[in-house]
Amino acid sequence: MSKRLLKWLFYGALLVGAFTFIYPFLWMLMATLKPEIEVAGLSLIPSKFTLQSYINVFERIPISRAFLNSLLVSSIVTGSVLVFSSITGYTLSRLQFRGREVIFGIILFTMMLPFQITLIPMYVLMVKFGWVNTYQALIVPGMISAFGILVFRQAYKSIPQDLIDSARMDGCSELRIIFQIMWPLTKPTLVTVGIITFMNTWNDVLWPIIVIRKTEMMTMPQTVALFAVGGQADAQMGSILAAATLLAIPVVIAYMIFQRHFIENMATSGLKG
Amino acid sequence: MTWVGGTNFLNLISDPLFWKSLWNTLRFLIIHIPLQVAIALVLAEILNQQLRARGFFRAVFFLPVVISGVVVTILWKQLYASENGVFNEVLLSLGLGRVEWLTSPLVAMPAIAIMATWKNVGLYVILLLAGLQSIPKQVYEAATIDGANRVQQFLKITIPMLNPVLLTVIILSTINGFSLFIEPYVMTGGGPLNSTLSMNLFIYKQAFSFYKMGYAATLGFVMAAIIFAVVAVQRKFIEKEF
Repeated sequence: MSKRLLKWLFYGALLVGAFTFIYPFLWMLMATLKPEIEVAGLSLIPSKFTLQSYINVFERIPISRAFLNSLLVSSIVTGSVLVFSSITGYTLSRLQFRGREVIFGIILFTMMLPFQITLIPMYVLMVKFGWVNTYQALIVPGMISAFGILVFRQAYKSIPQDLIDSARMDGCSELRIIFQIMWPLTKPTLVTVGIITFMNTWNDVLWPIIVIRKTEMMTMPQTVALFAVGGQADAQMGSILAAATLLAIPVVIAYMIFQRHFIENMATSGLKG
Repeated sequence: MTWVGGTNFLNLISDPLFWKSLWNTLRFLIIHIPLQVAIALVLAEILNQQLRARGFFRAVFFLPVVISGVVVTILWKQLYASENGVFNEVLLSLGLGRVEWLTSPLVAMPAIAIMATWKNVGLYVILLLAGLQSIPKQVYEAATIDGANRVQQFLKITIPMLNPVLLTVIILSTINGFSLFIEPYVMTGGGPLNSTLSMNLFIYKQAFSFYKMGYAATLGFVMAAIIFAVVAVQRKFIEKEF
């Protein structure tokens, strides 16, 4: 086979692939702008554009509140994971104390455990704490992550010890060493852990469905999922798709801006979004 | 609180729904993993060529990975719709018959597996692409001089040298596959006839529809053991194979 023919074959395959990945999203976006009776079917262009599906969503479910809930929960969890995981990562890589390797081993072990094993016990704990239907239930279990600790520990290991020693000599406290020396020196690590934590918290839906039953406390993916399976949508496909589109928009915007970061970070960590 | 000993474990062994959900999850994995690895391998191999706009295609393939599973499931539920769904419209216009994608017990789980592949394959394309780029060019040049064609090179060089990455990809998709929940929850509710009842959905239903917390916790424990066992077998098999 000639080289040129092969090249065209490759481009053909890539274009088919790109079409397969983009067309469904495009179809969804256009379907939300059609009148309800035209939603189904292959055509992309509606006979007339209407925002009725979106109006239905805003009238029937508190989607703005759900958006704010998700934003609040994901932001606090991300900030807290960055602070606590970097402190723990620093401790495990830079301070000498007995039992350090044992503690690190235990943390690694919890990371390898499938989440199914802790799901129900964690829920029972939330009930005992009286945290069902509160922000605490959504935030506290995620405030520190074994994955974050592991990544920070690796990053901090590569910082020269002389730097830390001289900072200590100048009277710098350990916390200041972390936030004013380690953080600026390992910015890409912060971005990696930040993006992955934020995305995982934003997209998680099983845990919120378990611990939140009150409509006004629900996260955005949860609200949209329940809108799709519940009766509030009156089986109107257009409205359900509009809710899904609203859920996708913030992530798509973030993805378009930070595309390179997203791909590299999520791939190096091997985690699903 | 009372101590029930091994009762929960005994109940589990004689619970047909437990075995059904295990079988459903395995059925999902058997379709999902080979499909995902094959497609990801082909796309990664193409993206590894000297082509224009590779960055653009990489970004497009990755798009469904970042978007919430809820969005993807809602979207695909409409694409799979029996009446006027996009897939059936295409089949009809090609002169073929309708497929009951989500209402046939035989097709529903494969349909979910295809959707999950579409959503996640981009992640594995990036992982495999990184693996491909780490194979030295000289190896291929030497093989070309020795007269090996492209297919031979792919089978005898690419696959063996990619083995560690392939292992990672297979283990990650296994672990992710076992966490299948929101897809059947939104798409089928576990039906028809429990044919898409994944293990996670089963645990969820036991705990929150029937309030059997102890039983659900036992299920979670057993499921974790099964995941460990499956991953251990994969590791052993793949490392021996090459």
